[in-house]
Amino acid sequence: MVFFPHRHLLGIKGLTEQDITFLLDRADEAVKISRQREKKTSTLRGLTQINLFFEASTRTQSSFELAGKRLGADVMNMSVGNSSVKKGETLIDTAMTLNAMRPDVLVIRHASAGAAALLSQKVACSVVNAGDGQHEHPTQALLDALTIRRAKGKLSRIIVAICGDVLHSRVARSNILLLNAMGARVRVVAPATLLPSGIAQMGVEVFHSMEEGLKDADVVMMLRLQRERMSGAFVPSVREYFHFYGLDAEKLKAAKEDALVMHPGPMNRGVEIASEVADGPQSVIESQVEMGVAVRMAVLETLLVSQNQGPRSEGVGA
Amino acid sequence: MIKPLVLKNARILDPSRTLDQIGTIMVGSDGKILAAGADALNQGTPEGAEVKDCSGLVATPGLVDARVFVGEPGAEHRETIESASRAAAAGGVTSFIMMPDTDPVLDDIALIEFVKKTARDKAVVNVYPAAALTRGLHGEEMTEIGMLKAAGAVAFTQGRHALADTQVLRRAMTYAREFGAVVSLEARDPYLAVNGVMNEGLFASWLGLSGAPREAELIPLERDLRIAALTGAHYHAAKISVPESAEAIRVARGRGAKATCGISINHLSLNENDIGEYRTFFKLSPPLRTEDDRQAMVDALADGTIDIIVSSHDPQDVDTKRLPFADAADGAIGLETMLSAALRLHHADRVPLMRLIHALSTRPAEIFGLDAGTLKPGAKADITLIDLDEPWLVSKDMILSRSKNTPFDEARFSGRAVATYVAGRLVHSL
Repeated sequence: MVFFPHRHLLGIKGLTEQDITFLLDRADEAVKISRQREKKTSTLRGLTQINLFFEASTRTQSSFELAGKRLGADVMNMSVGNSSVKKGETLIDTAMTLNAMRPDVLVIRHASAGAAALLSQKVACSVVNAGDGQHEHPTQALLDALTIRRAKGKLSRIIVAICGDVLHSRVARSNILLLNAMGARVRVVAPATLLPSGIAQMGVEVFHSMEEGLKDADVVMMLRLQRERMSGAFVPSVREYFHFYGLDAEKLKAAKEDALVMHPGPMNRGVEIASEVADGPQSVIESQVEMGVAVRMAVLETLLVSQNQGPRSEGVGA
Repeated sequence: MIKPLVLKNARILDPSRTLDQIGTIMVGSDGKILAAGADALNQGTPEGAEVKDCSGLVATPGLVDARVFVGEPGAEHRETIESASRAAAAGGVTSFIMMPDTDPVLDDIALIEFVKKTARDKAVVNVYPAAALTRGLHGEEMTEIGMLKAAGAVAFTQGRHALADTQVLRRAMTYAREFGAVVSLEARDPYLAVNGVMNEGLFASWLGLSGAPREAELIPLERDLRIAALTGAHYHAAKISVPESAEAIRVARGRGAKATCGISINHLSLNENDIGEYRTFFKLSPPLRTEDDRQAMVDALADGTIDIIVSSHDPQDVDTKRLPFADAADGAIGLETMLSAALRLHHADRVPLMRLIHALSTRPAEIFGLDAGTLKPGAKADITLIDLDEPWLVSKDMILSRSKNTPFDEARFSGRAVATYVAGRLVHSL
């Protein structure tokens, strides 16, 4: 495997096991760079990266920014408020404007599923999906995989329980795809109102109880539940949700003793996760943040450097 | 007055008489059919007639499309009455019913008059306006149904909009019954279908799109059918998409409700997988369903449970379609491709040709009381000449509609209208 045959990273769908392993191996190298005193390289010197965020996200945006800067790229951040302007019009208009500035990579976060794919059809550069609606968030799944692989030594045949608001979660979709591609056993644990239609055919085992779903799990991956969804619309109350689905030390006992506790952040402490667990010895939540920078460095470097070294397909990874 | 016309050696297919024979159609100088059938020549050729040899072609009553959205007045950049009529002629459609979802809404006799006048002056096919059932399509107050009908409205509808208030619906349908007006609605539960942008299921889940369950169609449809039975009004379900809806119509008819229904050609030709990677030209309302649903709907069309096929022609331009899927408008154009897409069902031996033409012409004319759908002597000479096997490829460049949002772009078809006559006048020929 000497090249990565995709021009964009729009999703985990379309990536092979080899593609994913390639990115994770490079990310391992990037971790080393980030742990040096001198963190800046010249790999992407002279190249321009634009972060186009239609949804506010301090964490993901700064992670991409840092990744680009550590590789020596010129990074520009554009946060586009989408409250007053109609989202779609802004997307295409902004895309055309940015395209004229000749960037080498566009990193996009947008509230609508398919926005990254649409953008990739309109611009001449590589596009990285930093989250599109409830569709995919591929770099999150990659950083989760890297975190797990470094802690467990492998991804195949481990049991991963993804818990919480799977319905609205792009993180869950990308993780389900990636973990299945790598041969892990994936479970989802959630109330039925927070699971998408057809979930049982998505390559997962479905559980409605934390105790059963976490039994013998190697990894417990919690998802964020947004505030507006927890007061009657999808679950009756925060109290009831935490009672049945919030991860605390007691519920965690069902998982393996050395199970990892993960969360994509930002956390709602006391809603989906108790502080004792979030800050406990099994938590790798901070490590996830570190791996996030490394994975994004690997993705940027791969798309911008190795894309010219072999045959590639157009717009794959969608 | 026109030049008399003789169409010789055509395979005449007239569902109004269940006629399928090689023969001649003779059209008089008044634009009406003098005779159509194997023995038509016995009457002698009219003097000075133009004679056309139609060997190998099928002659049917001009197609009638009961659900067409036009941008005039208000959004002429998408479609005018004239441009829609040219698209219709190219697709073999000689009459269409225009939905009232315009700006302003067709809820007043002055606007019905405007449509009729514009159609008379500019359109090359027959254009019949449908009026809004409620003022402004707001679903609150009924329109002047009696006067609108007298002015020429052939149906009363909420167009793209749902009608939530059952009391308003009951009164409007009770009132409509007295005037013999057809009430045509699209069933869509605004709560179950909220944010629903495609068929609910695994495919939508992977795409991260909110789905509309089939119950969002079925529940309001069953409600409407109960009100139809209660009021005795003629209820027409404009566009159904799942077999449970066809079954509901069948059951309601058995109970004595005066209920008819239609389906869009898209739902007979395409399924949810055609959406692929967020292709917005396939974003429709109701959403495209599963392949099993499509197959079952073809069966329901063949057995007559589904009365008619519509194009549901809905021109949208780049502004409303080149958007992320969830933000894009619903709708697809279809006047120019409806016949060819329907002929696929004939070529696949799924629906007999006679039933197809019945559903595309004779039956909609009956339901909405139009002077169309037949080749009987004395009828207006609206005729479509079809080459059942003519191969063609749809390309954006040849679309006559002002909007290009066709889900059949690059589609390969066998069969199309090679000539279209309205009242004996040639309005389209290849």
